[in-house]
Amino acid sequence: MSKTLFDKVWDAHVVRKIEGGPDVLFIDRHLIHEVTSPVAFLGLKKRGIKVLYPERTFATADHNTPTLNQHLPVQDPLSANQLKALEENTREHGIRHWGLGHYKNGIVHVIGPENGITQPGATIVCGDSHTSTHGAFGAIAFGIGTSEVEMVLATQCIMQPKPKKMRITINGTLGKGVLPKDVALFIIAKLTTSGATGHFVEYAGDVFEQMSMEGRMTVCNLSIEMGARGGMIAPDETTFNYIKDREFSPKGADWDKAMEYWKTLKTDNDATFDKEFTFDASEIEPMITYGTNPGMGIGITREIPKAEQVTEAKATFEKSLGYMGFHEGEPMMGKKVDYVFVGSCTNGRIEDFRAFASLVKGKRKADDVTVWLVPGSHVVEEQIKKEGILEVLTEAGFTLRQPGCSACLAMNEDKIPAGKYAVSTSNRNFEGRQGPGARTLLASPLVAAAAAVTGKVTDPRTLLQQ
Amino acid sequence: MAYDSFTILKSTAVPLPIENVDTDQIIPARFLKATERKGFGDNLFRDWRYNPDNTPKQDFVLNDPTFKGKILVGGKNFGSGSSREHAAWAIYDYGFRCVISSFFADIFRGNCLNIGVLPVQISPEFLERIFAAIYANPDTELEVNLPEQTVTLLATGEKESFDINSYKKGNMMNGFDDIDYLLNIKSDIQRFAETLPL
Repeated sequence: MSKTLFDKVWDAHVVRKIEGGPDVLFIDRHLIHEVTSPVAFLGLKKRGIKVLYPERTFATADHNTPTLNQHLPVQDPLSANQLKALEENTREHGIRHWGLGHYKNGIVHVIGPENGITQPGATIVCGDSHTSTHGAFGAIAFGIGTSEVEMVLATQCIMQPKPKKMRITINGTLGKGVLPKDVALFIIAKLTTSGATGHFVEYAGDVFEQMSMEGRMTVCNLSIEMGARGGMIAPDETTFNYIKDREFSPKGADWDKAMEYWKTLKTDNDATFDKEFTFDASEIEPMITYGTNPGMGIGITREIPKAEQVTEAKATFEKSLGYMGFHEGEPMMGKKVDYVFVGSCTNGRIEDFRAFASLVKGKRKADDVTVWLVPGSHVVEEQIKKEGILEVLTEAGFTLRQPGCSACLAMNEDKIPAGKYAVSTSNRNFEGRQGPGARTLLASPLVAAAAAVTGKVTDPRTLLQQ
Repeated sequence: MAYDSFTILKSTAVPLPIENVDTDQIIPARFLKATERKGFGDNLFRDWRYNPDNTPKQDFVLNDPTFKGKILVGGKNFGSGSSREHAAWAIYDYGFRCVISSFFADIFRGNCLNIGVLPVQISPEFLERIFAAIYANPDTELEVNLPEQTVTLLATGEKESFDINSYKKGNMMNGFDDIDYLLNIKSDIQRFAETLPL
C-alpha cells in the first residue's frame, strides 16, 4: 500500500494499536528541560520507578536561564530551584545533562540537531510545543504535556491517536529578502492559527527542497502555530550532509546502513493526504504580524485588514487591535519599534545571525531601539565569533547575549515592558507573551535587522538594495 | 497522576466567549516555575483576571460572582499554543472539571484528558445557544454525561452528543491514567525496542 513519509515513520514505531483508542508509539529520542520535567520526575518517585532508557533522553536548561552573566548564581530563586531539580533528577536517573554553563548548552530545539541527536525516521518528543522543529530532518517530532513526559521516562512510549495528514506544496523561487520565516508566516496567515489542527503536515516542493536545514527547521518549528501536531520534510542530500559527523550521528557501517533506510523516507507517488494546499513562491513577501496570534500576519507593504474583511473571530480581531494599539486599515510600515529580539528556537541559528548581520553591516543601530541578540546555543555563539559576525555587529553598535529562550517567552529577566513594541524573530505574539502588556510583531531576522537600524517597521528590501 | 473519576457532571457554567484562547492566557509563562503541581488555580487567566497591581479586574468573568460552576465554556480553538500541561492543571486546580468549546487545540485536549478535565467539543450552533442561555440566566445548569457522551441544557432539554475514544472514556470514568496501562505492557515495549536502532 502506498504510504506518505509520515505513515512510514509512524507505522514503524507502533508497539500496539488499541481498538477504538490511541496507538502506543515508541519514542526514539526524548528531550527535556527544566520547566516541564520536574513534576514528571516527581511522578516517577511517587510510583517508585526508574527511567527505562536513560540513554534516550537528553536534558538542557533553556527556558528560564539568564542571558547575561551566566557564570554567576541565578538570581531568581524559583528559576534556580528548577535548574537544581533538573540537575538532581538527571543525575539520579543517569540522564545526559547539558546545564547552564556547559559548552553544549542551548535551546533544546537548537542543540538536538546540532549534536546529531535529531535524525531522519526517528520519533522525537519534548515537553515543548516547538518540538515540531525536528521534523525538518524527516523525523516525527511533536510537543507533549508533562504527563506524557512521565510516560516516556517510565516506558519510552506515549499513547496518541494517529493524526490526519496534510501536504503543503510551494513551488517556484523565493524573492529577494524573503526568508523561511516569511514562508511560514505566510502559510499560517493563509490557514489561520487552527487551520491544521488534528493534522501532521508534510512540506513539499521547490521552495523546501532548495532550503537549508536551518530554514527547514524554522518552517517546521512554526507548524504548531497553525495548530498542526507537527511538520516534516523528506530527508535529502542537504539533510544527510548536515547530519554527517555530528556527535550522535551514526558512524562507519552504521552510517551506511542508516543512509540506506533514510533514502526510503519519502512519500510514495500515489499516496494520498486528507488535505492539500498549494501556493506559489512569488506570492510571498517579507511578512509581519499586527495582532495577537501568529495567523494575524500580512505582507510588510500591506495594510491591517478592515473589520468588514474579517470573517472569523471578529471579536478576537477587535480585542487584538485594542491590545496592540493599532487601527484597522493602517499600514504597518513606519510604525515605531522600541525593542528588537533576535533569537529563539525559531530563529536563533547561525543563518539567522548571518542574515541579520548582512543587513546591518556598515549601518548603525538606531538610538532609541533596545536590541537583544540571543544565540540559540553556545555552538551558535562560537560560530558567530568564528565567522567574524560579532565584529560586524559590534561595529554597528550591537552586543551579543548568552544562549537561552530569553524574550521569546520572557520567563527570565528578558521582558519587553508593558505597552512597548517589539519586532521579534520568535514564534508567538500572544498577549503578554514577551512580558505583561508587551506588544509583539513577529518577523524574519531581516525585518528585525531593518527595524534595528531604522527604529521603525521597514521593508528590508529597500535597505538590501543600497 | 491519578485523578477523581468522571461520570455525570451537573453544574452551572462560566462563559468565556473568546476565540483562540491560548495557553499563555490560561497561565502565563512566568507562573511555570514550580517543581510541584500545586497552586496553579490562583494564576488561572492571571493577566485577564488581575491588574498589574494584583487587584481583580472587575469585568473579567472569573471575578463576576454571577457566574460560577465546574464547567468552563470557551470560544473556538480553545487551548492553542504552548504544550504546558500547567494550563490544564490551572483549570483543574481552580475547580473546573470540564471545558466545552466548538474546537480544541490538540495538545491541550490531550493534556486535559490525561489529568482528568473532560474536553467536550460541540457544534458552533449549540455553543452559541449555551452562551445565550447562560447570559439569559446564569443559574442555567448543564449536564455532561460521559457514559452517554451527551451535553444537555437542562432548562430546555436540548441535547448534543460528543466524541471521545473508548479507551480515554474508560480512563476518565475510572480515574486511570496512561502510565498504568503502559507499565503493564512494559515487556512488550522492551521487546519492540530491541528491533529498533537507537
